[in-house]
Amino acid sequence: MSAVPSVSRRGLLTALGAGAVGAGLAAAGTAVASADPDGGGRDAVAFEGEHQAGIATDVQSHLHFAAFDVVAADREELAGLLRDWTAAARDLVAGRPVGEGGATGGSPLAPPADTGEAVGLPAARLTLTVGFGPSLFDDRYGLAERRPEALVELPAFRGDALDPARCGGDLAVQACADDPQVAVHAIRTLSRIAAGRAAVRWAQLGYGRAATVDPSAPTPRNLFGFKDGTANPSGTDAATLDEHVWVAGEDAAAPAQAWMTGGSYLVARRIAMHVETWDRSSLGEQEQVIGRTKGEGAPLGGRREHDAFDPASLPASSHVRLAHPSRHGGAQMLRRGYNYTDGADGLGHLDAGLFFLAYQRDVRRAFVPVQRLLADDDALSEYLRHTGSGVWAVPPGVGRGGWWGEGLLA
Amino acid sequence: MRIRALAPILLLPALALAGCGSLVESTEPAAGSGASDDGAVAVTATDEACEVASTDLPNGLTTFAITNGGSQVTEVYVYAGERIVTEKENIGPGTSYELTVDLTAGDYEVACKPGMVGDGIRSAISVTGEGSPLDATEQAAVDGYRAFVQERADATVPLVQQLRDAVAAGDRAGAQALYAPSRVPWETVEPVAESFGDLDPRMDAREADLTEGEDLTGWHRLEKALWTGEDLAAVVPVADQLLLDVGELAQRVPNAALTPTSIGNGAKELLDEVATGKITGEEEAFSHTDLVDFQANVDGARAALDALRPIVEASDPELVASLDTEFAAVQAALDPYRSGAGFVSYDTVGEDGRRDLARAVDGLSEPLSRLGAAAGGA
Repeated sequence: MSAVPSVSRRGLLTALGAGAVGAGLAAAGTAVASADPDGGGRDAVAFEGEHQAGIATDVQSHLHFAAFDVVAADREELAGLLRDWTAAARDLVAGRPVGEGGATGGSPLAPPADTGEAVGLPAARLTLTVGFGPSLFDDRYGLAERRPEALVELPAFRGDALDPARCGGDLAVQACADDPQVAVHAIRTLSRIAAGRAAVRWAQLGYGRAATVDPSAPTPRNLFGFKDGTANPSGTDAATLDEHVWVAGEDAAAPAQAWMTGGSYLVARRIAMHVETWDRSSLGEQEQVIGRTKGEGAPLGGRREHDAFDPASLPASSHVRLAHPSRHGGAQMLRRGYNYTDGADGLGHLDAGLFFLAYQRDVRRAFVPVQRLLADDDALSEYLRHTGSGVWAVPPGVGRGGWWGEGLLA
Repeated sequence: MRIRALAPILLLPALALAGCGSLVESTEPAAGSGASDDGAVAVTATDEACEVASTDLPNGLTTFAITNGGSQVTEVYVYAGERIVTEKENIGPGTSYELTVDLTAGDYEVACKPGMVGDGIRSAISVTGEGSPLDATEQAAVDGYRAFVQERADATVPLVQQLRDAVAAGDRAGAQALYAPSRVPWETVEPVAESFGDLDPRMDAREADLTEGEDLTGWHRLEKALWTGEDLAAVVPVADQLLLDVGELAQRVPNAALTPTSIGNGAKELLDEVATGKITGEEEAFSHTDLVDFQANVDGARAALDALRPIVEASDPELVASLDTEFAAVQAALDPYRSGAGFVSYDTVGEDGRRDLARAVDGLSEPLSRLGAAAGGA
């Protein structure tokens, strides 16, 4: 994969459009490369860094999330998969076709290395973020002692309606992009590369961001029609991220767990919303349940969305009051979930809701206590059903020449 | 059986075939006078005539580009004496079809049969020349694989004879026991049979492959009768026809259009059959003997790899190593389901089991999709 010329998908299309079919390919690559060394243009997100991209990165418009079961025979094969994935990811996030010859430049006798549906599309700020589930640390690959203490299985919460076919996974990949086809192409490509080593266990498409990490941007709305995540940490607030999102060196309970330094823990929950019954409740009731006004998003009793407020002044079972960091020892999570609809439920309703994604330094101090309280007391729970779930240890970022999981597996 | 997949492939222009997965491939077109730009020999069928653009052809792979300009549905046969070399039935007015066959030196006849009746309007063609464009290693691979296909095709005939006799005798239990074994050699070489126009749809179509007005024939018609309690007397003619068809298949193998690339692509197609038909349990909807077919498909793909091994060892040794590993993984996934001389009924294999089989097949199919190109030196 590393031998691929640095020709962007857009450059390729332009070259072909100009009639430079086949023989013009190398020239196109050169021309594009000189003007645009990364191939992807301004909308490519850097792949390398201290932390993986796709966490503090400004939330893109679309999501394709996939959980994988690893079927690799041994640890070496697992490491080979992650090396191959990393190589492909470097091309994907730069907006380059993957593999030798890309979508159309290879042998006509062989299947194209790149599946082709993203040809002509920009990099679209694609980010790919990889995590390791608790099940990866069983006896198959000898990783038990490297399992971070913080990587706990989530407990059962009141009202859970989890479908085993939408839960867990040895690996998870979060693909976020401003173009849905770019995100789908990325997951499809990684799944193809994984054949014989890992297989998709379940996957989820999200079409509309339900969170932002840019405080200057308007807060998005969830399918209940309310602004969600007003108090989300800013993606550029390094101090808050260090305190609540990134795993610190001191967090390692043993030296064998130090590979997680600079990483984070991801919780995904597929939360189906009973949008039909919600839509029949009065505006006043909806605002009492949430604890904010529907229009402005101001805390009840306040005027503006970001007005300071005393959570104790809100209705006792309101969502905002119960989820407020002050109820949880100040714990915060970086949320970057997406709205979804997956067809119908067979009973005349939409299967719609929120695919909740939250990154945190330690799930035992963030998601677990928050969700326990919400599941027990939140008035909103009446309208929600958690149907899918997973938790993954998201390793730190990749350096020059590095690969996903090298700290864990090398 | 892949009617839907096969037909569009064959309708493509010959040059486009180079990149597709069909065994019918035309990268080495006939070069005789009268051949069209893409090397195909035009056959223009009308209600009264059957014009063959060139009647002196060099030996090797030959593609006949058939156009029906008449008002009736027609069919086109290539005969060597009274032996059918290849055929295509049901070519509608105004439609075209390409038929590729490997012609060795000798005399042949092309016959068009407007209305699909009678002996047809015949044109004599003469094929001359020796040698082949393949090098010695490639030729040895093709010869070795053709011998394997011939052996498998020949082996099908007595097995289908026994099946036919049991059906004719009304011996339901006996016929049920003979049904899956009769398909094993066929399932190892099915892509070659698919390359001969009409044999595969006639012999191995599933009910779901048919459109309105088409009748179910072949093995799956017998399967349905055997497992749904139907009176077997009604399907004796079906068994008789199947016996004729397997005999015809064995006769046609010497002219199967084989190249190293087509053999490699055939292996991929066998695994595609597993992925789309056997894993889902659609192939043997009544008998649930899908795992017997599954094993035969895998064995056939492995035979193709073995034939090509000397070529691919040189061009892509890593691919060979990866294929050996993945073939072993598929076999390891299948073996737990062995029962007696065959396999357990597929309706006893649960969702988890089917998922694990599917994953093993995906692991093999991905590298296997590159075998055709590697065998073709790409």
